[in-house]
Amino acid sequence: MAQIEYKRRSGYLFLAVMVGHILLISAQVNARSGVPVLEQYAFGALSEIQRAVSSTVSGINRAWTGYVVLRGAREENDDLKRRLAAAEIQVQEQRAEAERAKGLAQLLELRKSVALTTAAAQIIGGAVIPGFRTVTIDKGAHDGLKADLAVLAPAGIVGRIVTASPRSAKVQLLVDRNAAAGALVERTRVQGVVIGDGENGLQMEYVSEVADIVVGDTVVSAGIDGIYPKGFVIGRVESVEKSGTSVRRIVVHPAVDFSALEDVLVVLTPAPGSEPPGGAGG
Amino acid sequence: MKAAGVILAIAVALALQTTLAWYATRGAVTVDLVLVAVVYVALTSGPTAGLLAGTLGGLAQDTLISGGITGIGGLAQTLVGFLTGVVGTQFIVVQAIPRFVVFFLATVVQQAVFMGLYELLDLRHFGTPYAAVAEQALGNAVVGVVAFQLVELLPGAMERRRAMRRGPRR
Repeated sequence: MAQIEYKRRSGYLFLAVMVGHILLISAQVNARSGVPVLEQYAFGALSEIQRAVSSTVSGINRAWTGYVVLRGAREENDDLKRRLAAAEIQVQEQRAEAERAKGLAQLLELRKSVALTTAAAQIIGGAVIPGFRTVTIDKGAHDGLKADLAVLAPAGIVGRIVTASPRSAKVQLLVDRNAAAGALVERTRVQGVVIGDGENGLQMEYVSEVADIVVGDTVVSAGIDGIYPKGFVIGRVESVEKSGTSVRRIVVHPAVDFSALEDVLVVLTPAPGSEPPGGAGG
Repeated sequence: MKAAGVILAIAVALALQTTLAWYATRGAVTVDLVLVAVVYVALTSGPTAGLLAGTLGGLAQDTLISGGITGIGGLAQTLVGFLTGVVGTQFIVVQAIPRFVVFFLATVVQQAVFMGLYELLDLRHFGTPYAAVAEQALGNAVVGVVAFQLVELLPGAMERRRAMRRGPRR
């Protein structure tokens, strides 16, 4: 047992001495690079340790940083989503404002072009009863509005006021089933009465059976109903039904897009030379 | 006590080696007395004493004689001392021929390690030194065996001389 211990101790001593010799030799011998071998190997070993430590530390650092960044990115993502949503709403608002400004500009142009006293009004509501097409505007009796005043849009005739409260008024659209307006075909001056169908269309009635009317003819107000001033566009002939040579039914497509109305002009003065309503104006 | 003997043996070997160094420069058979001392110590005292003797002798040779890289000779001598000590504990090396072989091989190993390290480190080139190594191995072996015989015979011879001086007993 003691002999084994002795041999083992001798072996350790031998290893230690050999290592000592190797270190001693390495400290004196220069490698090809001019650096002592001991320094070269010591540096190499140290650099490997440094590399291992550095990669470990940087790995942990990257993982930690990535975790923190991911957390930050998530919050940032949520914030960006909120801001994007707000920006989209803002864009839509600005687009609406632009459209509204465009509409107002057109309305202003119309106001300049007509020799009538008008009041601009904004649509603030609409009826939801099928067949009855009315809207509410934000001007009323305090602004000089009253029943049977014509309401116009840049594209053409909108309708007439049927009820005026102090601060608002109800407008019967021309497409209402009870609405009607004196009209004439611009090309041939054929007269008739335009009546709403309760949806989005118009029909021209009380037209001579031999009248010269073709699809595409422009229909304007005749100014004979005491409500609508003469010459304003009502719509365009969409179809003409005939029986032989007799005109049976004329469908007119309104010039105004009633579903997109926002701003209108109310004609405050009666149409000059207008006659008392006779079958027109409901 | 053993350490002191080791140091003394190495010191004597170094002294003789340095005084006899010129023989080598004149082309005579080179004998490495330090190596002989190391092998002797290793065979008589074991691997630990052998490696200590090798370390001491090798480093001393490196610093005082060779003028080369300190440690190469030390490493070679340490290795030889340790291995010889191991051989001495594993085998019975008491006859002249086994001792001769051990000295011879120890020299070959020492030279192989010494020259190999120099070659490996690209510090010195030895060409084909087989003859020189063989000569040195032969010389070391002869000197070693003789040294062993002298040391072993010396106590008996001294005793016999004393007995002869006293004369025959009656």
